[in-house]
Amino acid sequence: MTTETKLNIQDFLNQDEKKDLLRILTAGSVDDGKSTLIGRLMFDSKMIYEDQLAALERDSKRIGHAGEDIDYALLLDGLKAEREQGITIDVAYRYFSTNKRKFIIADTPGHEQYTRNMVTGASTANLAIILIDATKGVITQTRRHTFLVSLLGIKHVVLAVNKMDLVDFDQKVFDQICEDYKNFVAQLDIPDVTFIPLSALKGDNVVEPSKKMPWYNGKCMLNFLENVHVSSDRNFEDMRYPVQYVLKPDNNFRGFSARVASGIVRKGETVMVLPSKKTSKIKSITTYDGEKDEAFPPESVTVTLEDEIDISRGDMLVYPDSLPRVERHFESMLVWMDEKPMDPTTHFFIKHANNNTKARIDKIQYKVDVNTMERSSIDFFSLNEIGRVVLTTNKPLFFDPYKKNKSTGAFVLIDPMTNNTVAVGMIIDKLSSDNLPSRITEDERLQIRRGEGLIVNEQYEKRYNQKGATLWVTGLHGSGKNEMAFSLEKQLFEMGATVVLLDGSSVRSGLSKELDYSPSDRAEHLRRVAEVCRLLNDQGIITICSFISPDKEIRKQVAKIVGEDRFHLFHMKADLDFCKKNKPEFYNQENLEYVPGIDITFDEPENASLELSATDNGKNPEKIIEFCRENGIFPLQ
Amino acid sequence: MKKYNLTHLRELEAEAIHIIREVAAEFENPVMLYSIGKDSAVMVRLAEKAFYPGKVPFPLMHIDSKWKFKEMIEFRDNYAKENGWDLIVHYNKQGYEAGVGPFTHGSKVHTDTMKTKALLEGLSKYKFDAAFGGARRDEEKSRAKERIFSFRDKFHQWDPKNQRPELWDIYNARVHKGESIRVFPISNWTELDVWQYIRLENIPIVPLYYAKERPVVNIDGNLIMADDDRMPKELAEKAEMKKIRFRTLGCYPLTGAVESNAETIEEIVEEMMTVTVSERTTRVIDFDQEGSMEQKKREGYF
Repeated sequence: MTTETKLNIQDFLNQDEKKDLLRILTAGSVDDGKSTLIGRLMFDSKMIYEDQLAALERDSKRIGHAGEDIDYALLLDGLKAEREQGITIDVAYRYFSTNKRKFIIADTPGHEQYTRNMVTGASTANLAIILIDATKGVITQTRRHTFLVSLLGIKHVVLAVNKMDLVDFDQKVFDQICEDYKNFVAQLDIPDVTFIPLSALKGDNVVEPSKKMPWYNGKCMLNFLENVHVSSDRNFEDMRYPVQYVLKPDNNFRGFSARVASGIVRKGETVMVLPSKKTSKIKSITTYDGEKDEAFPPESVTVTLEDEIDISRGDMLVYPDSLPRVERHFESMLVWMDEKPMDPTTHFFIKHANNNTKARIDKIQYKVDVNTMERSSIDFFSLNEIGRVVLTTNKPLFFDPYKKNKSTGAFVLIDPMTNNTVAVGMIIDKLSSDNLPSRITEDERLQIRRGEGLIVNEQYEKRYNQKGATLWVTGLHGSGKNEMAFSLEKQLFEMGATVVLLDGSSVRSGLSKELDYSPSDRAEHLRRVAEVCRLLNDQGIITICSFISPDKEIRKQVAKIVGEDRFHLFHMKADLDFCKKNKPEFYNQENLEYVPGIDITFDEPENASLELSATDNGKNPEKIIEFCRENGIFPLQ
Repeated sequence: MKKYNLTHLRELEAEAIHIIREVAAEFENPVMLYSIGKDSAVMVRLAEKAFYPGKVPFPLMHIDSKWKFKEMIEFRDNYAKENGWDLIVHYNKQGYEAGVGPFTHGSKVHTDTMKTKALLEGLSKYKFDAAFGGARRDEEKSRAKERIFSFRDKFHQWDPKNQRPELWDIYNARVHKGESIRVFPISNWTELDVWQYIRLENIPIVPLYYAKERPVVNIDGNLIMADDDRMPKELAEKAEMKKIRFRTLGCYPLTGAVESNAETIEEIVEEMMTVTVSERTTRVIDFDQEGSMEQKKREGYF
């Protein structure tokens, strides 16, 4: 080998290493010639090796669907069983490169039953090639594919109008298809659409410009793919650094590793840590290849901070002037990916921006028909169904709407029994959290009342000498509300009242057995208690409830279920120090989680019927009995 | 804006580092399977980068079929020592003592016993819940559809019909006890990407990749190197010196060499650009039967 050629290969490699990467989704069916198009792009850019080609020729004769021609589709259909059925079932990834770019193609099947596969392929793509058969024009499938591409936020679409050879390369046919498509795509959110007439089978306008369509002045497919500008599609505005891994090799170094999700991370800049909201400055951006002054998406780096702040996986570094939403309750579009239909009572695992927590689907706002885009209401999703939902998570998520930021707007739901990824979501940011329905206030359920009884209210009241009512005591753990409630129960009982006492341990040992102390489970737990109270109150019985019930919204919802006129709230007022002294064995435990006053806010009630003093607890039962007397609850007036 | 654009190699690198860190964060007991080949060399470097300046928080495991090239074993031990890696070497003791090898038992029995079975033994012995592999989707058709986080049941089996959806860069790492995940951080790399990265990063590789005069025997169209005296005499006698190199490395009796003059990375890449035969054809095991790689993968082989 001569020195000269060695120099050339060096130059070539130095140049070649600088190529960027374009990820493409191809949508269309085998009938549209999709695999033929991909096969030709790969073949004509010489990425099909000779032995693969020989195997292909052999296979084409045996199981091919392309007559005497080489069936490029066989090259792409990987798995044995699928090859025999003549369809690509999964997502297959294909690689080729030219002098200008490296390409990764996610090749997915086109039929409606493979919607989930297409959604998968679309999730990582910068650009989508949607194939149209020129003899058929814009059909239902085209609309479905375009809708999915728009749903997954792909900003560039190439409409490949294939089989132009079968319509005599007629410009009128092409123009009509373009116009039909433009009319349709206007209602979706796809900023960049390009139209290319081609024949994949004959090779027109694929790699070489076609001589048969002189009326077409645009680029051929490969030339377009090599030059389309996509790097500015990333969000460089809002810095989001979701901590993936905490790196502590020794006492001197404490780094936070992550892939930059969006924005530019700059050395020296002040950052805020979520959820603690503490701030510090970026001390260094460390990599194996040396320190950097800035890092941008999708780089994987490690940062250190000026101050020692407790940060763990799932926390997020942001700039204080551009914060994401921090919520437990939000809306999203959801695609159901599992063979097993959704069970609305499941408490899913949710994975979002390196955060793992649990989530529940509160409500399905509507389902979208992927073919017509019409909306309808459903109770649960089946495979491949798409719709808009309201979710509640245990821990708050730090998110942006998917449209603005794919990395912080996407999540997956995992079934806790099978561990399967059952659904994927894209967060919407249209309504604020308080305006979203949560399962506890579902109107329909409140409408369902018990059937007509033969005993009327007055008869109960007369028999028991009381009005059915709920005496609800809220307060921190250790404030003494249980002791008070038991004493109150005893005194009322001795006076002749008919009372039932409900407290955390009695309900959690049975009725709420499967629930934990997370906010969403706590809400469900209290919803059940409220329903029990409603039933008992309806039958004239007084319920005494002793529950921490820290969230004022949840207390409001409990009152709604019980009936606001018969719900009476009492606040056992105690400060945290008092409670800690009272229940040291509880508060001294390590790793306390979901404890009101510690890591969950306790909303002090503003509208309690009575404020009870924890330090003078002996007098409280008498105060409540007096309240019952004054309000004619017991004895009946 | 032009400034904030990564080259394809740096983008692939960032993706792989993210995957490797994700495994370290989500699994209790991961391991990186180390085959000593060029893909492993790249994967190991990516792991070193992922945890820099710290030490990689998981060990390497090499499944030794006892029929690897001598130079591979030498390279493995030196690399692990010089770079401070915790290296586990596992082999199928039973098979070894029974004298299983490709010359006496054929490639299928040898691969089943000394590779697939040995791998499953090793994974079970140390109760690894995640194992990194250096497989790439461009290598072979059945791999093109495999996930980056690829679920394996209690018997280490892969079910191509029942793969978990994998979207964006969100990976589902949940497994029940006994189940595991195989993780392929360089799934999206091509053979050319691997070579370019080795050049760019100056990553050390086994010298067998570079062309040199070596003793080889033509066995059924494959150039097999006479690496030790276990090669049957009647074959070894036919050995002749040829300037050859290897595109992939494995068990020496099952790995065909190519005649080549490529002595540097640049020359290897140049050769690749003009080559018309894909790399797996130098692996004898792929030709056993139609769909043989898919079959092996279902059974637990990478």
